[in-house]
Amino acid sequence: MSQGTLYDKVWDRHKVTTLPNGQDQLFVGLHLIHEVTSPQAFGMLQERGLEVARPDLTHATVDHIVPTANQDRPYSDDAAETMMAELEENVRDAGIQFSDPTTGDQGIVHVIGPEQGITQPGKTIVCGDSHTSTHGAFGALAFGIGTSQIRDVLATQTIAMEKQKVRKIQVDGELGEGVEAKDVVLEIIRRLGTEGGVGYVYEYAGEAIENLDMEGRMSICNMSIEGGARAGYVNPDETTYEWLEQTDYFQEHPEKFDELKPYWESIRSDADAEYDDVVHIDANELEPVVTWGTTPGQGVGIHDPIPAPEDLADDKVDTARRAQKHMRVEPGETMEGYDIDVAFLGSCTNARLPDLRRAARIVKGRQVDDDVRAMVVPGSQRVQRQAEEEGLKDVFEEAGFDWRNAGCSMCLGMNEDQLEGDEACASSSNRNFVGRQGSKDGRTVLMNPRMVAAAAITGEVSDVRDLKEVNLA
Amino acid sequence: MSDPTEDIPSVDYVEGSGIPIRGNDIDTDQIIPARFMKVVTFDGLGEFAFFDLRFDDEDEEKDHPFNEQRFQDSNVMVVNANFGCGSSREHAPQALMRWGIDAIIGESFAEIFAGNCLALGIPTVTADHETINALQQWVDDNPDGDIEVDVRAETVTYGNNEINVSVDRAQREALVEGNWDTTALMKANQNAIQETADSLPYVESAD
Repeated sequence: MSQGTLYDKVWDRHKVTTLPNGQDQLFVGLHLIHEVTSPQAFGMLQERGLEVARPDLTHATVDHIVPTANQDRPYSDDAAETMMAELEENVRDAGIQFSDPTTGDQGIVHVIGPEQGITQPGKTIVCGDSHTSTHGAFGALAFGIGTSQIRDVLATQTIAMEKQKVRKIQVDGELGEGVEAKDVVLEIIRRLGTEGGVGYVYEYAGEAIENLDMEGRMSICNMSIEGGARAGYVNPDETTYEWLEQTDYFQEHPEKFDELKPYWESIRSDADAEYDDVVHIDANELEPVVTWGTTPGQGVGIHDPIPAPEDLADDKVDTARRAQKHMRVEPGETMEGYDIDVAFLGSCTNARLPDLRRAARIVKGRQVDDDVRAMVVPGSQRVQRQAEEEGLKDVFEEAGFDWRNAGCSMCLGMNEDQLEGDEACASSSNRNFVGRQGSKDGRTVLMNPRMVAAAAITGEVSDVRDLKEVNLA
Repeated sequence: MSDPTEDIPSVDYVEGSGIPIRGNDIDTDQIIPARFMKVVTFDGLGEFAFFDLRFDDEDEEKDHPFNEQRFQDSNVMVVNANFGCGSSREHAPQALMRWGIDAIIGESFAEIFAGNCLALGIPTVTADHETINALQQWVDDNPDGDIEVDVRAETVTYGNNEINVSVDRAQREALVEGNWDTTALMKANQNAIQETADSLPYVESAD
């Protein structure tokens, strides 16, 4: 078993007791909730006559169903309106702070936590959403939970968990031109498999990780779950602290920063920490990665051939065959030149400011291909406002992108933003599962945000390095 | 003092007929497409289980075990590797449970999915690829055949076969002892919870 890692230390600090079934009961430092997975949990609480134990450590937003075009209430979709109204009632009754759209702080739950400074190193963070692993970028222990567990957390501010193993993923070297955090994580999942991380928590380390900004680290931790690992984290460092210092929480409570910093430092993995497994990746070797299939593990370098199913491991052959049929790709081809109909720049993986800035530098002065509908969905209202102030909205709109309000949108197709029929989508999101973007015949190609911008312009999957960047004013 | 877990049934044993769901990496978007999650209760989700695999654009039935008459009374699902990967939606096991599934035997399960099943008292037990293939074939040949999942003994019995399966230690303990519903169990540790909270530098007192 691992020893001296951030995971071990944060676990031990939050352990309440060992339960009779052998699981540990862990205290939860921050519980994030949203409209899709929490209403049933509030219902269960009510059935049992229980109250929310720590509303002060709970924070709500609305993201999954929120329309990104017209947000006037009541929402035009009755089901969405019902879910929103239910959440409003639940948070009001319990006294839970709610970043709703009228506050200007609303957004995807994994974007707003870090923005507001409530995501902090050494916290345990849970949410009824598998991409909660995102918050691990700050050195938090963060993972997704189901609705019955949400009930547990609401009622007790604790959760029953079994301790996992820790795998260190050491990414040495430097990322090449045009290669981003998204490419690193797609490569990790390609190598280790979509279930390679089951039973593990991933610690991302090494020069290439340390050199990433917080947004890049979030993109990587975000997709830990796509590799089967429920949580992933990066040890906090100066980059982390610089981010934290700028957030609302520490602007309002500057004394807290100095007070908490020793704790943050203390939970960093020790130099001689023991891991259950270590994997090395050479950042210098990486290229932009795109997916050819229907799992995030089915990725390939932009100039590399799509593998033949029979060349893959036995347990991957059948999935690969079905995926290639669905995507209509052939082994030996590259993904470069694959026609796309939709470009989606959004999601908790890649819809933060630097993502939009980088994409805008590709888009500026160019036009979206005639056969492509392209949209930008900022990760939060704050990202949206800042992007508008910087002129990014104009850049995108002048090129023919639709500029939307914040939400999960076409990442999972729970609002109006969906693929139609067999449309192919160049997407900066995290899942290419069949049906994920709202149409069961839809085809999703995952890639980094600049690659999405390039695909929108050319109308096909393209190597963004072939497009000259334009400096924004 | 009353035992907080006294109302939770033990699930040490599930018996019934099987239904094979073949394929690796069957994700939660396949098990329950997101558009059916625009609800505030889990009631009625059963009919939407595997919806897009079961129905075409005109809502006509496609070939899928969940549509087959011979499996309509089945309650033990037999699946392959990495079943339930993807989102944390408890709607997935809720839909399967409400369709009629009481236990799942597979090669492997995604972690959040298995945890969600446990929270509903649904065992997720594992065996190797060959064993699962053989069982799926047997279920196909014997749709009414009886399968016994013994969580305590970690065995599955069908026809003249008894196979060894694995059940995660905590899951087995929780199911067998009937303490898989953790709310009351954890709530009882109020003092220890408070002590932990007080010891954390970032937690401010609730009042």
